[in-house]
Amino acid sequence: MLTGEPLAKLSGVRFGYDSRVILQDVSMVVPRGKLVAIMGSSGSGKTTILRLLGGQVRPQTGTVTVEGAQVERMSYRELFALRRRMGMLFQFGALFTDMSVFDNVAFPLREHTELPESMVRDLVLMKLQAVGLRGAATMQPSELSGGMARRVALARAIALDPMLILYDEPFTGLDPISVGVIGNLIRSLNDALGATSIVVTHDVEVSFRIVDFVYLLSAGRIIAQGTPDEIRASTDPYVQQFVRGEVDGPVPFHFPAVDYAADVGLGGRA
Amino acid sequence: MIAALLHGLRLIGARVVSGIWKLGVASRFSWLVISRSGPSFRRFQLTLDQIYFAGTLSLIIIVVSGLFVGLVLGLQGYETLKRYGSAEALGTLVALALVRELGPVVAALLFASRAGSAITARVGIMKSTEQLSAMEMMAVDPFARVLSPVFWGGAFSMPLLAAIFSAMGVFGGYLIGVVLIGVDSGAFWSQMQANVDLREDIGNGLIKSAVFGVAITLIALFEGYDAPPTAEGVSYAVTRTVVTSALSVLALDFVLTSFMFSGV
Repeated sequence: MLTGEPLAKLSGVRFGYDSRVILQDVSMVVPRGKLVAIMGSSGSGKTTILRLLGGQVRPQTGTVTVEGAQVERMSYRELFALRRRMGMLFQFGALFTDMSVFDNVAFPLREHTELPESMVRDLVLMKLQAVGLRGAATMQPSELSGGMARRVALARAIALDPMLILYDEPFTGLDPISVGVIGNLIRSLNDALGATSIVVTHDVEVSFRIVDFVYLLSAGRIIAQGTPDEIRASTDPYVQQFVRGEVDGPVPFHFPAVDYAADVGLGGRA
Repeated sequence: MIAALLHGLRLIGARVVSGIWKLGVASRFSWLVISRSGPSFRRFQLTLDQIYFAGTLSLIIIVVSGLFVGLVLGLQGYETLKRYGSAEALGTLVALALVRELGPVVAALLFASRAGSAITARVGIMKSTEQLSAMEMMAVDPFARVLSPVFWGGAFSMPLLAAIFSAMGVFGGYLIGVVLIGVDSGAFWSQMQANVDLREDIGNGLIKSAVFGVAITLIALFEGYDAPPTAEGVSYAVTRTVVTSALSVLALDFVLTSFMFSGV
């Protein structure tokens, strides 16, 4: 069980588009200073939780709270004030392709502060040093590998020393070395900045190594929660299938379809 | 039979409703772009960058096309005027045709193809690669920071491009008429000066091109912003920008011309 003062909280949240339900009755708590993973298969509603926390979408029912304030009730101005204290790493980095690495990291500093350019430079180099890419400051995003782009995006996400850092699938499409590097950075930056982090991922191995707590989602509902060890020890068949990466189980290999024999015209002879 | 008829009616109804819905969304989008123009003027460098992107980078196609249109106008105009013994009026014909109609309209069609398509592709790709979302999550309004400067960049560039197009066309007419064929240079320029009115002709031409600039840039921005986040979605959006802009320019030209020159 997670203890500590909650920084972010979802209570009885339901969300969907038209008749399609994405999340139903989701409640979770993220205590200050912790690193929490939201896991689940693709399409289970993980990223929607990040969008709810950032106020990009509003719940149909239930409440989303960050630092005691209800996100869905915030005005445009209040929402922007909250986002200034958040950092978000997008799935593929979402770097601005018309700016250099340096300008990407400097972007939030130049937009939200009146700092002199010399200080912006020092801060940007400090953030890039933290992710090991100070030497790539003059490069363009098109010259970076996937792992490097993700690290630059991470430097940009922490440019304003956020209280809450959101990671959307930070390990997708990376080689094992980059996965390890990003995983270690997520943990060390959370602790060094005194921040709170939420990682949306389906990478079991690396996330179980770095996170404090796991929420496991399936079809828009939380079906398991606990520390990585507790999740590993769970006897729930879905949890077992997810953690072990088994091909068949409660989540079937085959998408629902009519009988195969009938579909290929062998219905009568089968 | 009745079922098929009802199905057809439903389809037409759905199309009409979806068209009206899209028009409403586009109007709201346009209002957001214009109402969040503060940074475009407070930080004018943002708009200047877009004037370079939409205007300066369109210069080559505008200059070359303007010159060739002027060359053709000079040739065709001379052939016709010669029959009536008034070849000296060539300057007037070339200038009026350009500043009133061809300059604003052809420059706008070229602007839609060159800059409009580039704006749609850029905004569409920024959206599909989550760059606009990232900006929002950094508490930076993408309408104020990106879309509005693009709008003003396009709106400022278009009249300038149309003026350059007309100037190059007049120069092309001069090259053909005066330098090549031998029309009297003094008559060419003096007739043009006497018959082209600064407010009625040049002023109205500039107003037309400004209206075209606003329309094309808003269409290009909306199509980019509204594009589905796929390669196919962005490519269709670019095509829609060029087609919708071209049709809008021609329709607006008719409306504006009927108001501006109805008393002439």
